[in-house]
Amino acid sequence: MKNNNLKAWLYLLPAVLFLGFFLVYPLIDVLIYSFEEGYNYASQTYFGVGSYNFSYVLHDPYFLQALKNTFILVIITVPVSTALSMLISVALSSIQKLRNLFQTVYFLPYVTNTLAVGLVFMILFKQTPYSDGLVNTVLSWFGISAIDFISGPYWAKMLVLCIYTVWVVMPFKILILTGSLASVDEIYYNAAKVDGTSKWRIFRKITLPMISPTVFYLIITGFIGAFKAYSDAVALFGTDLNAAEMNTIVGYIYDMLYGTSGGYPSYASAAAIILFVIVLTITCINLLVSKKHVHY
Amino acid sequence: MKVTLQNLTKIYPSRNKKQPKEVVAVSNFNFEIADGQLIGLLGPSGCGKSTTLNLLSGLQKPTSGKIFFGDDDVTDLPAENRGVGLVFQNYALYPHLTVKQNITFPLENLKGKDKLSKEKMAEMALEAARLVQIDELMDRKPAELSGGQQQRVAIARALVKNPRILLLDEPLSNLDARLRLQTREEIRRIQRSTGITTIFVTHDQEEAMSISDLIVVMKEGVVHQIGKPQEVYDEPANLFVAKFLGTPPINVFNAAVKEGKLFIGEEAVLNVGNIAEGEVVAAIRPEGFVVDKNGVFTCDLERVEVMGRDISVVATHKESQNEVIRAIVGSENLASVNGATVRFSLKRNKVYVFKKENGERLF
Repeated sequence: MKNNNLKAWLYLLPAVLFLGFFLVYPLIDVLIYSFEEGYNYASQTYFGVGSYNFSYVLHDPYFLQALKNTFILVIITVPVSTALSMLISVALSSIQKLRNLFQTVYFLPYVTNTLAVGLVFMILFKQTPYSDGLVNTVLSWFGISAIDFISGPYWAKMLVLCIYTVWVVMPFKILILTGSLASVDEIYYNAAKVDGTSKWRIFRKITLPMISPTVFYLIITGFIGAFKAYSDAVALFGTDLNAAEMNTIVGYIYDMLYGTSGGYPSYASAAAIILFVIVLTITCINLLVSKKHVHY
Repeated sequence: MKVTLQNLTKIYPSRNKKQPKEVVAVSNFNFEIADGQLIGLLGPSGCGKSTTLNLLSGLQKPTSGKIFFGDDDVTDLPAENRGVGLVFQNYALYPHLTVKQNITFPLENLKGKDKLSKEKMAEMALEAARLVQIDELMDRKPAELSGGQQQRVAIARALVKNPRILLLDEPLSNLDARLRLQTREEIRRIQRSTGITTIFVTHDQEEAMSISDLIVVMKEGVVHQIGKPQEVYDEPANLFVAKFLGTPPINVFNAAVKEGKLFIGEEAVLNVGNIAEGEVVAAIRPEGFVVDKNGVFTCDLERVEVMGRDISVVATHKESQNEVIRAIVGSENLASVNGATVRFSLKRNKVYVFKKENGERLF
């Protein structure tokens, strides 16, 4: 028994070392930083220990703005992208012709660079001296006056960010969901058909429960991914996100470390810990809920 | 419910463009099933029996031909509206639902004026569960049931909506030998007590013969014989049917007919009367042999297998198409079967003669 344990640890050693070195140690370090007030990289000194960093971050209007933005982003994009992906996946699964073509088309955004996609959105939404952007042109057909989506009102910017995020995260979800839908055995559908079940009921009562583990996986990873949003905002609004009121929590952390007003590892660490706690809480709630609704 | 199949044909188109060869799964099937009968569709794999079942259930559309339930033409009716109960080979119980929810599922589909109250549904589900004796397992999930119990749940689910006909696809193939025996009697009992016209598919001839009112023997989409199990066994229409039915299988010999006598090798074994002379195929049921010192048919003795009530004489013959000949005889013959050869006389009604070219029955 003892021998066995030793062997097991030996096998685990590489993974444990890597995880310990690159994950556990930094995590603990960040936690320590977040309680060290006024930590300075260069001199490796700090004034004292306490919760001031958290108090500062939580009272910083930029952080509160970032927190609000992130929450709006999460609450809108996760359900919308999951529902849309589900719709598209079901449609994809029920067509025969051109299915592969559509699957490829829907997967393209996933292999496209974030910044390149940002460029596409610029063409769609940005107002320039020469044009109002494609979306505004379409809107003008319906008699709606041009809106500045990139540097205009808050809701317009948030709308673009949400559309952008949904668009970027959907391919992966569609891929996973079509795979999951294809793995449901045909025989259950046949059984339901013979029993006179309507299409909608088959979907709700058979398909959905059977792919529920995948759906919950996507929701959980979707939440985590949306909380960690940053590059999407940069792609659309540039690096000065605070000025654009479009900063996210991760963006705030980055700014605190390296931004023009940066150099505050303690504040960055405190913000990172706050984000960590939020994501952990949401994920735990998700897991609790999924235990009730996932059937395997 | 009377079920009528009229010229039912199902052709699968070729999938391979280079070799355009379509597959005829069911060919010109004509059959009228009287109300309340238990029918066994029997044949080797790929004979079209499962396709026939799928055509009846509406999961597949026939290429041509018609299906009637009673006087209703249901050929173009989708599976949803046919009102058939179908038990799948691997049961297809919804794994995320309990036994009770599984059984209630078909009832919840009823809409409009047929819609049932919750209490009525629960009552009907319980009734169906009682019929197959699983009423104590109502709150379990399928994964927590044994194979036999799952089978019963599947039957209950198929029966709960009072289907016009009940279809069973290889109902016993996933059960172990003992359970199989028990379950086939169970199916018979349930069918008798509900009186629902039932059609089941099997490749196991023993299974089909033991419980069916009528058996349908199929091969490569073609119906070879329809009849009562004993009749089909006693009077096979052709060589395929003779070979397919019976355990141990029938013994087949290259033979010839000369002057009204059947010759196997040099020995004239039977008077077959006035049939066309020439080379034929003779088949003898294992129970058609009688150990007889003065018998007409001589074989080389291989060994004797003791089975208690009977003994199985294993022999060889140069004209035999099977590797060995098996003769089932009473155990009182044990002492007299020894030496290098064994002689048999033959029971006339256990010997069949078929045309060599197409296996058609001659005698």
